[in-house]
Amino acid sequence: MLDLGLAGLSSLAPLASLADGAPTWNTGLLYTVTFCLFAAMTLVSSVMLLAARDVVRAAFLLLGALGGVAGLYAMLGADFLAFVQILVYIGGILILLLFGVMLTNREPVLLHGAPTHRLVLPGVVASMVALFGILFVVTSYDWGAAPIADKAIEGSTGRPLGELLMTDYLLPFEISSVLLLIALIGAAVIARRRGLTAEPE
Amino acid sequence: MQIGLTHFLLVSAVLFAVGTGLIITRRNAVMVLMGLELVLNAAGINFVAFSRFVPKVSQHLHGDVATIFVIVLAAAEAAIALAIVLNIYNTFSTIDVDEIDLLRE
Repeated sequence: MLDLGLAGLSSLAPLASLADGAPTWNTGLLYTVTFCLFAAMTLVSSVMLLAARDVVRAAFLLLGALGGVAGLYAMLGADFLAFVQILVYIGGILILLLFGVMLTNREPVLLHGAPTHRLVLPGVVASMVALFGILFVVTSYDWGAAPIADKAIEGSTGRPLGELLMTDYLLPFEISSVLLLIALIGAAVIARRRGLTAEPE
Repeated sequence: MQIGLTHFLLVSAVLFAVGTGLIITRRNAVMVLMGLELVLNAAGINFVAFSRFVPKVSQHLHGDVATIFVIVLAAAEAAIALAIVLNIYNTFSTIDVDEIDLLRE
């Protein structure tokens, strides 16, 4: 009953239109085109983010990258995660980062977060090592030509995810809720300016 | 062309590399945080992609749960880190991570 909205939206994705006996969920031209669209959105925004000099522009490029990742979650059939990604990352973390940019840059010149020159080479080397290391592992192992997952998850993932969180992952769930409370209080305490605590002005 | 596990892994590999590059090369602390978010997102894509391609259907959502915890940690981390960045800015009047080398004021 509760997952009606999510189920309705997830049926828009081509992968949800599968019944038993249908071919694998990730076939079809529409799926390929949509995947390429979201992957291009993610990769182009993130690579432009690497070259961006303006912090505000970088924040908006991050919007594209995070939105693309949300699309990729949807492509994998994780509808709940796609919504959480949009809500938490784009609606929360990105706004928080923008607040950070606005609050910490009074002079326009500080808006330019240009890379330190002596760090460009180590950065390029480190990211290239990471990239080609992962690419080597990914391409050298045979993950199977055909996907193993023949059967898509039926309907929304919201309800089974909630059941998992309340059964198998109950302890991490509770710990993370305590952690969020600690983070909330800690952030409020740390961000409060000194002097404002003593007495009202 | 059929989209398989490899394609998702390739996207997340590039995302991880870009995030690493951002973390290392940027001087602005907020940009470093953005790189961190990209790295966490790459990990999230990997979790979900791998869990979709395990043989047992009953295990298909365990990667989603891991990604939810990653997002929770990322939200907590972003809040704390932004608070620290604001405090650093109030103390040093800069958020250049190369300039900040004192724990005290």
